[in-house]
Amino acid sequence: MGPGGGWRSQDGDPAAVAERVFREERGGVLAVLIRQVGDFQLAEDAVQDAFAAAVATWPRDGVPTNPAAWITTAARRRAIDRLRRTRSLADRTDRLAELARLDSQEHAVEGEQSAVEDDRLRLIFTCCHPALGLPARTALTLRMLGGLTTGEIARAFLVSESTMGQRISRAKAKIAGAGIPYRVPTDDVLPDRLRGVLAVVYLIFNEGYAAAAGERLVRGELCSEAIRLGRLLARLMPDDAEVLGLLALMLLHDARRDARVDDVGRYVALDTQDRTRWDQGRIREGLRLLEQALRRRRPGSYQLQAAITALHVEAASPEQTDWQEIAALYGRLAELEGSPVVELNRAVAVGFAAGPRAGLELLGPLLADPRIAGYQPLHAAHAELLRRAGDSAAAGEAYRRAIELSGNAVERAELEQRLSALRGG
Amino acid sequence: MPKYMLLIYGAAEGGPSAEEMPAEHQKWNEYTASLRAADPGLVGDQLRDVDEATTVRVIDGETQITDGPFAVTKELLAGYYIIDCPDLDVALGHAARAPIVTHGSVEVRPVFVYPAA
Repeated sequence: MGPGGGWRSQDGDPAAVAERVFREERGGVLAVLIRQVGDFQLAEDAVQDAFAAAVATWPRDGVPTNPAAWITTAARRRAIDRLRRTRSLADRTDRLAELARLDSQEHAVEGEQSAVEDDRLRLIFTCCHPALGLPARTALTLRMLGGLTTGEIARAFLVSESTMGQRISRAKAKIAGAGIPYRVPTDDVLPDRLRGVLAVVYLIFNEGYAAAAGERLVRGELCSEAIRLGRLLARLMPDDAEVLGLLALMLLHDARRDARVDDVGRYVALDTQDRTRWDQGRIREGLRLLEQALRRRRPGSYQLQAAITALHVEAASPEQTDWQEIAALYGRLAELEGSPVVELNRAVAVGFAAGPRAGLELLGPLLADPRIAGYQPLHAAHAELLRRAGDSAAAGEAYRRAIELSGNAVERAELEQRLSALRGG
Repeated sequence: MPKYMLLIYGAAEGGPSAEEMPAEHQKWNEYTASLRAADPGLVGDQLRDVDEATTVRVIDGETQITDGPFAVTKELLAGYYIIDCPDLDVALGHAARAPIVTHGSVEVRPVFVYPAA
């Protein structure tokens, strides 16, 4: 643990360097440490202690050549200290013995890549365990695996920092109290659990993607975090078609993020987006991953959604969009997970492929479906189809309904504009 | 090893009919045997019908005794097991095989284990 890396003045303020290194390495270190100390809270506290030690000693000794290994060793030592001082843990003696054994190992396997990756998988599955409520899973995943602080997560989900802090604490307490194991699930439940993990990651992405202009700086972070998690999963489970499919889907959406809102913060519909603002790098990567996923011949919902998005981005212009194929894909998606939202999207696609009346026919039953009756996009789509079918009066009513239901200022402005365009104003 | 209570809740209505009862008993016997194989120290009981329950409260020094369970619910506590399991996933696995789950539910509650002094 000597002056390994040396200290270059252009690295900047030592405290800032330590902070940056910790943010990068924290996820992997925590994953390993939780396995070694057997407790989430203890592991986090120990890593915090190690951070304080780093800030104190790195300016003097230099940044270590293997920062993750340094942090892990330092954190484990501090976990031992904390554990000795805690009287109440049931298996304290066992844990201390195990930690002492790890500490005295001659051949440190600290930071060995495959071991760390196994632990990161354990951490993801534990954070996304179905025994935790969905808000808790999301918060815990972002806190433990993402690079975000509690305050940043709180702001991203529009709750107070203390609320978010409590949510995370309770989740950790439940993991300890209910005996949620720290492991990759057994084969019999793995497919279900993996679906749960992907659902959490996609939820995080959608929270960021749906952010209105005013919140974009904070909430846009969520898209990056979700993609990072998606990449981690793709690295850890490269053979799973849906893992690849989800990453492809997120990249293809994210590629268009900048074009969704114009320079004054107004929402821009897909067919009028400035395609030069699309990130071609992300699109290429997304398409490549989708192809990789499809080659595995295990179709699934994320792959289908990615394929639909791919058809949108591959069209040379909005007019050349292959709506027929998109409608067919929504049909297959509806078979897999018949949800009213999927049916809505299919109706919209059919409305383009076969004309507005065909779309309106499919939309009919949805308007009576209580699950989706209060869903703003349903009424916005209804309005659009009515307008194109020539029924301005009904279209106006539908736009008004959509405006009533919209919770987003940018969205509302766009809908108001379409409503007044109807009146010729 | 952690201990879990499996609380067996049956639907108030729509449970097995009188004709279906013998087959149902057989399923429960097999289920209990499988749990006992996993934990020889297993304890558990079927509870008598909720119609035979009596609830006791003491309010302002006055003992109140009422006919029926503590709350009227759509699902009724029908029985329980207490079983040692290495972790929650194992307990959840046992719960998922309980005959009741197709028409009722099982609550899996960790039992308080006090640390050795």
